[in-house]
Amino acid sequence: MLRTFRKGGVHPHDNKISRSAAIQVFPMPETVVVPLSQHIGAPATAQVAKGDKVKTGQLIAAASGFVSANIHSPVSGTVVSVDNVADAGFMRRPAITIKVEGNQWEDGIDTDPTFRRAEKLDPAEIIARISAAGIVGMGGATFPTQVKLSVPPNKKAQYLVINGVECEPYLTADHRVMLEKGEELLEGIRLLARALDAEKSLVGIENNKPDAIGHLTALASGDADIEIVPLKVKYPQGGEKQLIDAVTRRQVPPGGLPLDVGVVVQNVGTAVAVYEAVVKRKPLIERVVTVTGKGISSPANLMVRVGTPVSSLIEYCGGLPESAGKVIGGGPMMGRAMANLDSPVTKGTSGIMVLDGKEATRQKPEACIKCAKCVEVCPMGLEPYLLYKLASRNMFPDMEEYYATDCIECGSCSFTCPAHLPLLDYIRLGKGEIMKIIRARKS
Amino acid sequence: MEKKLIVSPSPHIHGSDSTSRLMRDVLIALVPALAVSTVIYGTGVLVVTLVSVAACVLFEYLIQRFMLGGRSTVGDLSAVVTGVLLAFNLPVCLPLWMVVVGALVAIGVGKMTFGGIGRNPFNPALVGRVFLLLSFPAAMTSFPAPDVPDAVSGATPLTLIKEAVKNGQPLSEVMPGIGYDNLLYGLHGGSLGEIAALALLLGFVYLLLRKVITWHIPVAILGAMAVFSALLWWANPEVYTDPLFQILTGGAILGAVYMATDYATSPMSKSGMLAYGIGIGVITILIRTWGSYPEGISFAILIMNAVVPIINKYMKPKRFGVPVKA
Repeated sequence: MLRTFRKGGVHPHDNKISRSAAIQVFPMPETVVVPLSQHIGAPATAQVAKGDKVKTGQLIAAASGFVSANIHSPVSGTVVSVDNVADAGFMRRPAITIKVEGNQWEDGIDTDPTFRRAEKLDPAEIIARISAAGIVGMGGATFPTQVKLSVPPNKKAQYLVINGVECEPYLTADHRVMLEKGEELLEGIRLLARALDAEKSLVGIENNKPDAIGHLTALASGDADIEIVPLKVKYPQGGEKQLIDAVTRRQVPPGGLPLDVGVVVQNVGTAVAVYEAVVKRKPLIERVVTVTGKGISSPANLMVRVGTPVSSLIEYCGGLPESAGKVIGGGPMMGRAMANLDSPVTKGTSGIMVLDGKEATRQKPEACIKCAKCVEVCPMGLEPYLLYKLASRNMFPDMEEYYATDCIECGSCSFTCPAHLPLLDYIRLGKGEIMKIIRARKS
Repeated sequence: MEKKLIVSPSPHIHGSDSTSRLMRDVLIALVPALAVSTVIYGTGVLVVTLVSVAACVLFEYLIQRFMLGGRSTVGDLSAVVTGVLLAFNLPVCLPLWMVVVGALVAIGVGKMTFGGIGRNPFNPALVGRVFLLLSFPAAMTSFPAPDVPDAVSGATPLTLIKEAVKNGQPLSEVMPGIGYDNLLYGLHGGSLGEIAALALLLGFVYLLLRKVITWHIPVAILGAMAVFSALLWWANPEVYTDPLFQILTGGAILGAVYMATDYATSPMSKSGMLAYGIGIGVITILIRTWGSYPEGISFAILIMNAVVPIINKYMKPKRFGVPVKA
């Protein structure tokens, strides 16, 4: 019996149409736009000004607090501006725009792609190199990695859980990374485990990726501290709490962190970035992005420099189809719909997916029939129908009583609702209002 | 980019479920029982069913059009399901005008009074059925002998038992005349949709496979009935019947699988569904054993329907990450 998380979940078609497309290096863009906030936490502070020459991998914006991350130039060239630039939703946010000239790397970065084992380093040095390289969670949450590795003295990370689930339909970036960068991934895992002083590393992979499971199991066969854990396919298994439950049978308490049950979770892409940061001294300036969708003529997994415009990726894969109705940054369950296709790829962009107009148009909502399917699929044990009803009547304090803040916004309820009710839209609205109430209570 | 794009919050895709898909599956699940009933009782079964369905759909349409307003919900097929289930709870020889009255009460009083689909506290088909049973007790309890040569008689098995017990006749003399295979195949008296246990169970399997319902309510009802009746039977087999007999008769399977699982009138959490099911099972056996009606699951379901809001308030799903206290 394969393991999986024990509560709720849905089974969307996985549509992994780009699964066998090997990672291609995307051509160097002409200009890059590097936002100063590509992570959760305080935006980084720009360290360059208009007219400065920068090299690939050079620090261009520094972390500005405990929860923040360094940002490095993904290209070599000249800084054109440090100013507000429209993001995917046309919100103007600070970013550094660089005109690309040649491909000159910062000194000290090893650009040789050959795999090397890491030298013996102490945990503080590993964390320092990760922090310097500006690594953030690459599964999409973009939480600064060094913060997760700073275990408070009263806590212990017994297990390092590696997220190779990729439960979002369509996305295959992590899948390709596991297949093509297995050695680097395992070395990254060893480094993370060492930094955390974890007893064991568990790599959770859904069994719709048998090749990745086989490949990594073979590679890790000599290493007793790394275990590959095949999982039953179920969404949202890539959710941190769900993955921990699936792999370790431990449940993070409400409002708690994985460390409360002795676990730290990192994504496979992050682990590879950790390897590159520690062994090659290479900062996080590029990542694998899946470009996919039924209307995309050649779906692909591309190695893309941060700051590259999304529209150029879509062009590269055959252009936006006539039928396109929605472009999503991320996957179709939790990704964000994009309005501005000229906005850049960032550290957290795991995929660009194009939905056709028919799929992208929501059906008209009907009356709730109390079928209880939303309750059944909610992985957090909530009652989405009730939260929806309360939110639609502005009864936000009641929503808090029914644990609306536990919601992880996986969208399983809206996905499954036979009446096509926008359950998650309302729950999100309610969560925002509850946060205001909580803040007011504190002050 | 001059192309117009839709921007809306996640999730961006939807599963294949819709209200009409679920209702269609319920109708498909009821086909085997309808077919068996037609073979046993003749084409009268189809006439009663068609009249009931047509009346339910028409009343829903008219009430929505002229009284409630709003978009017609006839297309969601829920009125069709109510119509079929109402017919399944009627004797095949019921005068057709009574069928129409039942449909009016089911849809008009049972469903639309409360605002239509999803808002009704009581199962509409059962509201219609019980109204007819109380208004026309004779017509509602006279069943023709099945159209098959070796079938028993027109009275339902539970009525035969009740009579026997009243007359002080030991059950060991009565039971052999009924026969379990007749109960399984539907060769006994009863409402047109309740008789064929095997066909109803086939539909149950279909509903489970299509994830239209979960096992909780039907299993809790039939399980509670089995346990309760087993205790009585063990105490005195000459007065109380065995659990298998209880489950195979009196519309227990029809009620447990198709009536009690009605979405709007059953609880939202798994624990609530089990409590609700156990309640129905126990009340059914209480009515059958000590009440004046030989059947009883209709009343049991309606009684537990009334408790559902309380169950929903106090029996919540288990919150993730909260350990169960040992």
